[in-house]
Amino acid sequence: MDILLRQVGYSYAVDTPFEKRALTDVSLHIPSGSYTAIIGHTGSGKSTVLQHLNALLKPTEGAVIIGDRKIEAGVKAKNLRDIRRQVGIVFQFPEQQLFDETVLKDIMFGPLNYGVPEEEASRRAHELVEQLGLPKEVLGKSPFDLSGGQMRRVAIAGVLAMDPEVLVLDEPTAGLDPRGRREIMDLFHQLHIQKGLTTVLVTHSMEDAARYADQVAIMHNGRCVVTGEPGVIFADEEQLGDYRLEPPRTVRLQRHFEARTGLKLDGISLTEEALAKNIALALAEGRDSE
Amino acid sequence: MMEKMIFGRFIPGDSLVHRLDPRAKILFVFLFIAIVFVANNAITYGLLIGFTLLVVFMSRIRLYFLVNGLKPVMILVIFTFLLHILFTREGAVLLDLGFMSIYEEGLRQGIFIAIRFLVLVFITSILTLTTSPISITDGIEVLLGPFKRLKLPVHELALMMSISLRFIPTLMDETGKILKAQMARGSDIGSGPVKERIKAVVPLLIPLFVSAFKRAEDLATAMEVRGYRGGSGRTRYRQLNWRFKDTASLLVLVALAGTLWYFRS
Ligand SMILES: Nc1ncnc2c1ncn2[C@@H]1O[C@H](COP(=O)(O)OP(=O)(O)OP(=O)(O)O)[C@@H](O)[C@H]1O
Ligand SMILES: [Mg+2]
Repeated sequence: MDILLRQVGYSYAVDTPFEKRALTDVSLHIPSGSYTAIIGHTGSGKSTVLQHLNALLKPTEGAVIIGDRKIEAGVKAKNLRDIRRQVGIVFQFPEQQLFDETVLKDIMFGPLNYGVPEEEASRRAHELVEQLGLPKEVLGKSPFDLSGGQMRRVAIAGVLAMDPEVLVLDEPTAGLDPRGRREIMDLFHQLHIQKGLTTVLVTHSMEDAARYADQVAIMHNGRCVVTGEPGVIFADEEQLGDYRLEPPRTVRLQRHFEARTGLKLDGISLTEEALAKNIALALAEGRDSE
Repeated sequence: MMEKMIFGRFIPGDSLVHRLDPRAKILFVFLFIAIVFVANNAITYGLLIGFTLLVVFMSRIRLYFLVNGLKPVMILVIFTFLLHILFTREGAVLLDLGFMSIYEEGLRQGIFIAIRFLVLVFITSILTLTTSPISITDGIEVLLGPFKRLKLPVHELALMMSISLRFIPTLMDETGKILKAQMARGSDIGSGPVKERIKAVVPLLIPLFVSAFKRAEDLATAMEVRGYRGGSGRTRYRQLNWRFKDTASLLVLVALAGTLWYFRS
């Protein structure tokens, strides 16, 4: 599903002394089937943008076009449930949303709300718990008896169980152990490919953005200042610095390697695998030319 | 939605009202509550409204913001207003609808009670909006000081009060967040039949309670870690000092009481 933000502005708490402008003139196109990473310094407005993607927030200026629906500033929007079923959001610290007696019921909450039959919802819950690397026993437990990381996985399962077309992730792995992070990010990527999802990921991990995304958007002071391919964005160290960001570790390592050996690598390495390959190639060439 | 609520919020500022001593403001509110009950006719209620607007004006808090933020209270006001209109049966009949009639006395009472309610809510809101929770606590603690003799845990009470005040906005924000998360999962508190709406409250309240308890626990630990041992022998960093304008504000109130007394029927 195509999502288009057209000159979106948003202020929190309009008409109160606490009024706070969070977004100014944000234009962003999220093509159907793309994997978009939104990066930016803390407080730059990333979470605010995300909440526009399923109409939880309505722009105070401009318009958001989600599939064939248009949410426009100043125009009352009705029947947003359809949008919310199609666009699933995993919020920052989603474990806060758990509430039901058992993990199973909690995961089934979303699908049941959207009219998925009971057996189907339960089937999805069982499948997702496994995919997210949780033992089957947790299904019968209270979500409040789980560890923080387990709660996070259950909350993620609760969103995935709605089987959304667009998956919006707000720092889904912040605070998890490194291995668990990788597993969950890989799972999202796998679902992205398998189900042809449109994925939007907000992350502070440049490595994740570089590895998974095919489009990167940089937010800065409530504006979407740059969008482009990760290969281009992460090559421009100076620009990243302007927005208080840095390139992913692989790129930094590549720069150090180039400085140290005087060899120039092909393009820039967005993943460890690519870096290893590029280094191997460069070394082989270097040896040949000697 | 939640962000418009103003209970317990504090808006820093530099108006005369902001700069009054918290003790004066607390006394002011309590005296005012008593004085409101002196009013009993159109003139006196009119004076109360005028006085309240004056206080709002002096606090430099926009009336629009105040009215907007007190919308939930308005519902209560309208409700009591209707109760009076529907159930008072005195005076001349103003309107006869067959199955029920509206009486003159009912309308009068309804309007007066509504004014009383609004005036009280406005003045108390001005207190919390212009006084930081810490100052309110300090004020309450000093004012209740004499009751320490009666073994009343004054310091603890004041602390409890200020913590509650301090956490109202936090919990409001949290409610907003959880509400959004559940809305994203298809629960809809804002629409549908009443039964469905009540059911939709559970997914909101449980996480809210859980997080409130967690917060309380964290706060208790943090206080203990920093050596908090209650009120005895505690010295103060912030000193309250009572100035002429504080006395003056209370005198103004006394003058108001006198005027109301004079005009009341
Ligand atoms: N509920 C709210 N009420 C008022 N202001 C808010 C609210 N939520 C966010 N803001 C403000 O809007 C701005 C953008 O916040 P946002 O949460 O979108 O940032 P972010 O990029 O997601 O940051 P982080 O990386 O820390 O999550 C911030 O300045 C923040 O203070
Ligand atoms: Mg955020």
